[in-house]
Amino acid sequence: MASVAMVVNGKSITREVEGRTLLVDFLRDDLRLTGTHVGCDTSQCGACVVHVNGQSVKACAMFAIEADGAEVATIEGQANKDGSLNVIQQAFQDHHGLQCGFCTPGMVMTAAALLKENPKPTEAEVRSYLEGNICRCTGYHNIVKAIMAASGQDVTAIAAE
Amino acid sequence: MPKDTGIGASDKRREDIRFLTGAGHYTDDIKHYGATTAIFCRSTVANGIIKSIDTSAAENMPGVLAVFTGADFADVGGNPAGWLINSRDGTPMKEPKRPVLAHGKVRHVGDAYAAVIAETELQARNAAEAIVAEIEELPAIVDMAAALAGDAFVHDEIGTNQCFDWGWIEDNRAATDAAIKAAPHVTTLELVNNRLVPNAMEPRCSIGNYDAGNDSYVLQTTSQNPHLTRLLISAFVMGIPENKLTVIAPDVGGGFGSKIYHYGEEALVLAAARKIGRPVKWTADRTEAFLTDAHGRDHVTKIELACEKDGTFIAFRTETMANVGAYLSNFSTATPTFLHGTLMAGNYTVPNVYVNVKAVFTNTAPVDAYRGAGRPEATYSIERVIDKAARELGIDPIAIRRKNFVKPDQYPFTSAAGLEYDSGNYDALMDTLEKHIDRDGFAARRKASAARGMLRGLGLNAYIEACGIAPSNLVGVLGSRVGLYDAATVRVNATGNLSVMVGAHSHGQGHETVFPQIVGEMLGIDPASIDIVHGDTSKIPFGMGTYGSRSLAVCGSAMVRATEKIIAKAKKIAAHMLEASADDVDFKDGQFTVKGTDKSVSFGEVALKAYIPHNFPLEDIEPGLEETAFYDPANFTYPSGAYACEVEVDPDTGKVRVDRFVAVDDFGNIMNPMIVTGQVHGGLGQGIGQALLEGARYDDDGQLLSASYMDYTMPRADDLPFYTVDHANGTPCTHNPLGVKGCGEAGAIGSPPTIVNAVIDALQSAGKNVTHIDMPLTPLRVWDAMQNA
Repeated sequence: MASVAMVVNGKSITREVEGRTLLVDFLRDDLRLTGTHVGCDTSQCGACVVHVNGQSVKACAMFAIEADGAEVATIEGQANKDGSLNVIQQAFQDHHGLQCGFCTPGMVMTAAALLKENPKPTEAEVRSYLEGNICRCTGYHNIVKAIMAASGQDVTAIAAE
Repeated sequence: MPKDTGIGASDKRREDIRFLTGAGHYTDDIKHYGATTAIFCRSTVANGIIKSIDTSAAENMPGVLAVFTGADFADVGGNPAGWLINSRDGTPMKEPKRPVLAHGKVRHVGDAYAAVIAETELQARNAAEAIVAEIEELPAIVDMAAALAGDAFVHDEIGTNQCFDWGWIEDNRAATDAAIKAAPHVTTLELVNNRLVPNAMEPRCSIGNYDAGNDSYVLQTTSQNPHLTRLLISAFVMGIPENKLTVIAPDVGGGFGSKIYHYGEEALVLAAARKIGRPVKWTADRTEAFLTDAHGRDHVTKIELACEKDGTFIAFRTETMANVGAYLSNFSTATPTFLHGTLMAGNYTVPNVYVNVKAVFTNTAPVDAYRGAGRPEATYSIERVIDKAARELGIDPIAIRRKNFVKPDQYPFTSAAGLEYDSGNYDALMDTLEKHIDRDGFAARRKASAARGMLRGLGLNAYIEACGIAPSNLVGVLGSRVGLYDAATVRVNATGNLSVMVGAHSHGQGHETVFPQIVGEMLGIDPASIDIVHGDTSKIPFGMGTYGSRSLAVCGSAMVRATEKIIAKAKKIAAHMLEASADDVDFKDGQFTVKGTDKSVSFGEVALKAYIPHNFPLEDIEPGLEETAFYDPANFTYPSGAYACEVEVDPDTGKVRVDRFVAVDDFGNIMNPMIVTGQVHGGLGQGIGQALLEGARYDDDGQLLSASYMDYTMPRADDLPFYTVDHANGTPCTHNPLGVKGCGEAGAIGSPPTIVNAVIDALQSAGKNVTHIDMPLTPLRVWDAMQNA
């Protein structure tokens, strides 16, 4: 066992973990932050995306001890201080960018990373950036639309409701 | 004009809040005090005799609490097929036992033959590796034609690999044969409907709990239909009395069919929880999902279309081999038959239809209903052969379809495949489609593509499907062993808010938002004061769950009926309060008013009175305000649509890009347009995935080559376009109270032939005589077809 200390969603925590404990399991099992999901075992699906020191990371591809000393952000810490949805979350609701909700935390965290890097992405840039996040419900239309809307772009011209 | 609220409004989804903030509760998020972990030992060979299983080392390893093998379940029941199909000769289908754990033989890669329960997942995994199974490998039976011809069997006790040989409608066979023989033109097409893996993003997960004090069980599991799971476990597999078993499906991360069925892991965690007296949890990893979730499609079909030289259809004749895999999953026998053969007249007035389906056991994962379930297979066969016929006859692909469409004045229309279509307007759908696709501009777009070295193609399609599954009387005659009604309980609480308990299960469909829109409008109250309760057999009435685009058409109808009962009783209470006769009380916008007066009470006041029944005429009115309705539909519903897409094919690489896709659908009345559009988008994503990207591939040894996201090509965001979706002008269903038809599967049904038709059009435009390519249309397959043309 090794001691790890990190700041998760603004809160300092210290825990004892096994060296092989993945960050995603640490978040889900030790911290009970179950919004971060596990959808595959090959780091393909992106349901487990979190931010580590501001970078988007697949939490299934990183050991908890590698995050020692880091600032970690998960879906549970994304809402505004008053509890309301942040701009990206609100855009996902407004544009029906989620159905079953399982991939959604990873999508929102990836979208946040994209918009930090590229505040006004084109459709092609959004689609390309989502290559590591799989959604089986939406056909991606409303996810792409929501992310573009969250960036402040006018999406009314995009087909359909 | 779109409404702001109530029926027909695009209310935002209330369930989104918890999913967007990480506050959802999926089964794997649930952690019980004292929980243990189950890990399964799964066969690495497709076909083999279990000679011995030595569990002694595993049993003595740290943390191990119990070990199970197939022998432990030899005396309990099998997981049954829900639908009895009779062969053409009248004999019943073959139904080999599907055990909880394999016993005697393993029959597909991933078939579980043992399970370990331990304190931690790691201890369970270590112990599972210490179990020594001696399995004598046998040659794998993978190819369907070889399985039918060979003398080695997946199930030795039935002496054949043919589950059934079904004819529909057998009495029409001779007439269809004669019509085809005499026809001026016959177009023949052999095609494969590729095997798919549903791939809900949440892997399956089950938690068993046993309460020794009450001798009762709770199963929390990833299910689309908790009551059906309970019934199967109770009545067939384990014999636990239904009143001693609660099945809970909490938030479920997608299903698409794969979570309809009862799986052996659910029985195992219950048995293990009883044995060790502690909660037992199993969570599939993605590899297990690929190996053991029920797959979809996997048909090999020959279809013939006989027609006049002017394109008038005379007959469709189909011969299909349908893979059922190693065991019969719960709906696996209904899917290739009554959800497929009965749709083989399409939207057309064709007078002769005959379908023959042979279902085949193979050493592969079970195959069952996956989004669309039989209707995608029917639509693909019909719409591909029509396209080929149109090309052979030199008739425009839209014109040949219009020529044969059922016309609006022909409803109710009994198709040559035996279904009675209640409503529709296929020409109107095609009119709307033509408005969207700018066909006149296609030549210019094709030229612009050519200037960039690309081949542009236009693909068209018209589909019909059957939803709202299903009228119990009819399906009972056809072999179903269950009824397919649904149920809802509307409970008006004393303070005027409502809990509505429904048999449907929401795992992405938005029931928590849409159902209150409907009840709120009926009662004239704020939908925000209405909560939907689903997924827990201890709380909801006996419903059949969510699949086959049935939630609104069947369960929604039950909810409407229950709400009507609420209104009727509330009127009586209001009449008592207003000292009037119930017949003289009107109900509108949440107010009960005595006709012709200004005497009125609100719904909320009536609700309170129902629970404080002072001065109640108890001989006439019981206290309380809660009503249940069961609804059994009179017929299937028949959504239909017209789809078009344009693709660009790169002739140098064979890569296909979908440039645009238009889906025009008739779903009847629309309750929430935003959600309906989202359902179509999702179906299109899966249908385009089937057409271009996805395929479950077994090698000759029965190894699943595409068993991870590195090998099975899931559609990604950059594989798909923005879609144009239009469902504004539907024809209401004539036999359910909301006039709804169902929208969940349409996109996956209508899109595969649209894409393939477009690719063929693109290649033909370059002078390549390519008439068919089997899905998925990978760059290699398209490029190969071009080289060989």
